[in-house]
Amino acid sequence: MTPRSDKGRKLLDFTVKAVSFGAALLGIFFLGWILFVVIQRGIAAISWDFFTKLPTPPGMEGGGVMNAIIGTVLMTGIAILIGVPTGVLAGVYLAEFGKHTRLGAWVRFTVNMLMGIPSIIIGLFVYSILVFPFGRFSGLAGGVSLAILMFPVVARTTDDMLSMVPNALREAALAIGNPRWMATLSILFRAAKSGLITGVLLSVARVSGETAPLLFTALNSPYMMKSLNEPVANLTVTIYQYAMSPYDDWNQVAWGASLVIMITVLLLNLTARLIVGGKRK
Amino acid sequence: MEHHHGQTERHQGWKTSRSTDLIFRGITAACAGLVLVVMAGIFVSLVWNSLPSIRHSGISFLFSKAWDPVSNEFGALSSIYGTLMSTAIAMLLAVPLSMVIALFLVELAPPKISYVVGSAIELLAAVPSIIYGMWGLFVFAPFMADNVQPLLSKYLGWLPLFQGPEMGIGMMTAGIILALMILPFVSTVMRDVFAMVPDVMKEAGYGMGATTWEVTKDVTIRYGIQGMIGACLLGLGRAIGETMAVTFVIGNSSDIFISLFEAGNSIASRLANEFAEASDPMYMSALMELGLVLFLMTFGLQVVTQLWLKRVKRKMGGDLL
Repeated sequence: MTPRSDKGRKLLDFTVKAVSFGAALLGIFFLGWILFVVIQRGIAAISWDFFTKLPTPPGMEGGGVMNAIIGTVLMTGIAILIGVPTGVLAGVYLAEFGKHTRLGAWVRFTVNMLMGIPSIIIGLFVYSILVFPFGRFSGLAGGVSLAILMFPVVARTTDDMLSMVPNALREAALAIGNPRWMATLSILFRAAKSGLITGVLLSVARVSGETAPLLFTALNSPYMMKSLNEPVANLTVTIYQYAMSPYDDWNQVAWGASLVIMITVLLLNLTARLIVGGKRK
Repeated sequence: MEHHHGQTERHQGWKTSRSTDLIFRGITAACAGLVLVVMAGIFVSLVWNSLPSIRHSGISFLFSKAWDPVSNEFGALSSIYGTLMSTAIAMLLAVPLSMVIALFLVELAPPKISYVVGSAIELLAAVPSIIYGMWGLFVFAPFMADNVQPLLSKYLGWLPLFQGPEMGIGMMTAGIILALMILPFVSTVMRDVFAMVPDVMKEAGYGMGATTWEVTKDVTIRYGIQGMIGACLLGLGRAIGETMAVTFVIGNSSDIFISLFEAGNSIASRLANEFAEASDPMYMSALMELGLVLFLMTFGLQVVTQLWLKRVKRKMGGDLL
């Protein structure tokens, strides 16, 4: 290999540095662009009515998406009620009992796999077990599909966080006579608290922007829901349907709903980051 | 006597805590087992619901591009093509970009700037798919049509890839937005891989008088190549099943075009578009079979990814994601 001149080497080095600086700028530029557009167009759509009124047909003044906001919050709530306890307990199994068992190895592998399965497939699954047999789309099915998306995320973070608790603490808790469940729930959970909360927050952030699994489960509805046994309005499917419609005022509403979703998701993420960051200091 | 009594009490306490512990362990194991049930349930329900379509179309389902619900003719080829093509565009753009971004974060930027830029890139990952879709449909696609595609067809128009209507909506825009969506994942994982390279090895390189790029090329990348492949696999898994953003901008055509300007469809976008409205049982079953194809693709990819990451973990001693 012929040695290249110093000048050539330095020039190449400079070029690579410039390119990588440029790439980082490009990434930030796109983030800025997306945030800017959503904020600019979203704010124009948001008013008091937006949060307190029901949708109006295209062309009619006023109207809001109160039903969709309530629907999204409710279904996310169902997802939390189902997904968090099961996910946390599955994580406890992985960290405390299943470290070296065959079931533990299979479950850990499958949890990682399930996180990689597209959410639209989860939607198909829930459709075929909770929508098709009963002959109607329902908010409950929507909540369950979100819960299935949360479950592996919560299980995985719980496993990771409990595994990071030093063994000495675990042994000390057991040595003073605590049964295993009490040691786990009252002492290890406390030690891993911030990590667990972060995991839950991130999983909520992930599902609150989800659209694909709701398309086949909760669907959408222009009305205020009366029960969870019927199609339930929600923000993300509303965005999809309104954005695809040819009406300008509906597109406008879609931007408003996008802004609400984006702020919620980013706030959840920032909170999670702050909790982790505060812990590190 | 006193002594004996104390012992029985302790003995009983031990016994009850043992049984509550067994119950506790059983409950946690049941929750852990749920994940296996869900995974098996997904597979079984997809296969079961696909059966009518599998019987109807047979193996030709995979190789036919017909999609005509009225005459019950269904083929997955255009959707499979769209899924693979949009993913390929995304990978082609996102992988090199992620690599240089990771390089910037680890080797070039001072820690504070690296933290801020790194956090911003991670936020890009948190933005929901549907927001990318909105931005893509109303802002980015028109931008592509007005500014990027005319340039491409002017200078690279002799390639069949860059011919046809400059609409903005189509395979190319879908691929670029997908690239943007996986960029944060791939670059943060690559950043972690780069950070795992022992400083001693890099410093040895610098001590020999190597430039930053030479150290990156001959030390960092060579040491971390397995981890970098892992990062690409993770990005690939995200891109292949991404639904909403693609549905907004891919154009929903059932044809296969060579030109990237043309509209197409992906498995996920077809499902999102048509599933809720499919009333005919055979139509529904064909869509379920499309879902099964997507499931098998991502499942296979996930198996490869997880096994690969396990290998990387053994070698580098750290989790990637």
